[in-house]
Amino acid sequence: MKDHDSHGIPHTTPRQSATFSQDANSDIRRAAATGIYDIRGGGAKRKVPSFDDLLFLGASISRYPLEGYREKCETSVTLGTRFAKNPMELDIPITIAGMSFGALSGPAKEALGRGANAAGTSTTTGDGGMTPEERGHSSKLVYQYLPSRYGMNPDDLRKADAIEIVVGQGAKPGGGGMLLGQKISDRVAEMRNLPKGIDQRSSCRHPDWTGPDDLEIKILELREITGWKVPIYVKVAGARPYFDTTLAVKAGADVVVLDGMQGGTAATQDVFIEHVGQPTLACIRPAVKALQDLGMHREVQLVISGGIRSGADVAKAMALGADAVAIGTAALIALGDNDPKWEDEYNKLGTTAGAYDDWHEGLDPAGITTQDPELMKRFDPVEGGRRLRNYLKVLTLEAQTIARACGKNHMHNLEPEDLVALTMEAAAMAQVPLAGTDWYPGKPGTSY
Amino acid sequence: MQTFDLEAEGLRALNETLHAQAETTNQTKWEIINPKGSHAIAVGLDAPIEVNVKGSTGYYCAGMNKQATVHVHGSAGPGTAENMMSGTVIVEGDASQYAGATGHGGTLIIKGNASSRCGISMKGIDIIVHGNVGHMSAFMAQSGNIVVCGDAGDALGDSCYEARFFVRGTVKSLGADCIEKEMRPEHITLLEELLERGGCDAKASEFKRYGSARTLYNFDVDNAAAY
Repeated sequence: MKDHDSHGIPHTTPRQSATFSQDANSDIRRAAATGIYDIRGGGAKRKVPSFDDLLFLGASISRYPLEGYREKCETSVTLGTRFAKNPMELDIPITIAGMSFGALSGPAKEALGRGANAAGTSTTTGDGGMTPEERGHSSKLVYQYLPSRYGMNPDDLRKADAIEIVVGQGAKPGGGGMLLGQKISDRVAEMRNLPKGIDQRSSCRHPDWTGPDDLEIKILELREITGWKVPIYVKVAGARPYFDTTLAVKAGADVVVLDGMQGGTAATQDVFIEHVGQPTLACIRPAVKALQDLGMHREVQLVISGGIRSGADVAKAMALGADAVAIGTAALIALGDNDPKWEDEYNKLGTTAGAYDDWHEGLDPAGITTQDPELMKRFDPVEGGRRLRNYLKVLTLEAQTIARACGKNHMHNLEPEDLVALTMEAAAMAQVPLAGTDWYPGKPGTSY
Repeated sequence: MQTFDLEAEGLRALNETLHAQAETTNQTKWEIINPKGSHAIAVGLDAPIEVNVKGSTGYYCAGMNKQATVHVHGSAGPGTAENMMSGTVIVEGDASQYAGATGHGGTLIIKGNASSRCGISMKGIDIIVHGNVGHMSAFMAQSGNIVVCGDAGDALGDSCYEARFFVRGTVKSLGADCIEKEMRPEHITLLEELLERGGCDAKASEFKRYGSARTLYNFDVDNAAAY
């Protein structure tokens, strides 16, 4: 490009619009070409205030640390202590979030069970019901009770170690789902009582109850069917965490699972994923406050999900008041999703490793989010399970490292006082002081 | 006949007792007195027993039923026989909303009227209603049959899949992708069997059949206005 015009006047540097960015323009072109909104998997990709904006203070003269490798830092957690005869006992405070057979291949579900088993934690079914492989490979299995009720039956309900009533999902608060026809194999179709090859809509709300008063009765029914043996979780999206947590507890939940907007989905409109719901960081303190206001913090356990990647994230969520966390996307990456070794194939699909999110199309080069028999052969569930176990172990070790540095002999002893924030936004959301100050943005009586 | 006083002994004891009945139990007949609209009566049963509820019930009576026959001698609250797998549930009076929701199998007979969303998301159950059904009945119904001897409210069969609906009276409106369909001989045969099973004094020839036009089975942006 010439740096001046024919009259010798210099060109200004070509300037891209911040508003009409390359990303925005490509969205416009895609919409104009297809007439259909973009559907994809995963959670919010936009940058939002997150756990990265928090730091632990560690110990010094006023706090003393525990010795790494020598002094114990407990990680066990019990979920469902409120009403269930048999609460869920976990060795680590990290669980595997609900992901459906259908969205994931059978071997991928098996690997999740194997990895969770080896790490002493639970895994969770998803839309489509419980497969024998999943039950067989998961010693602690949470059975999701979803609006679609695909595959729902009382026999599987009674086989579960806990029941999770799904009200919302962080990627799409107020939205349902769609499993496109190309992923509907004979087996998926049979489990969902629908013809092969047609799109399967997952409802956005439950068919036989509306509102918290009904939910209380629904919980009663499920407890009666299962003899009050197993805990009942209620999963809500990060929409109105204070009120949703309050209502779930009043309805009788043993555990509240709260999923922020970074939490993944198998398939939803991109506009929904990116523009509805709140960041995980913004949801935790209101939910904890709801529990505290009801006198139920630690009585009803809080499980946080949506964008958990590292032991630092685990520790930060727990310091803010969670009892445990759940991972979904991170678990898939541990299994091999979006691995650069498949880069050539990602390129053929018009994407690149790390950015692949068309999970609904069933063409996953890693053989995880697919029902294609040939692609599924690429994935070894034993190796996948081993990788997930390793990852869960690392998350736990990292979280313990931080907890010891803060002088805590149990992960649950982490507290907001251990944290500061790097940004005002994160400080306001997490309700911890801005680093280097005593200022809690938004909290009266504190100042810079 | 075993008699159980629900008011005196409580819901937990009732369901625990009924769940304890093995397939080979000789205590096959049960009578529940004083139900007084209680919720979750006789839920999760899995034995070939007959349970007679002497009065009206609250939410989810006979929910997730397998094998058992549950007979409500009164009216039934919301979600009666929800997610039923097999067996029979009979309601002598009216049934509130979501009757037979998501049911996978078995037969639900309602001798009065059924409210809105009867058979919502049904997955194989047969529902026979002697009276009318309310709006949005059979919404997203996947499979199974609904027989309505009276009239159907607005948006019958909206977004349905392979379920069949037989209505003798008027249909206020059909939902998205639900159309009237030809009543072929095999449908007459099926309907006659359903009417007999439901104890209905009606002729199959008086009914019209409705079901999915199957135009919304795969997403197409040109159909967006249909929803």
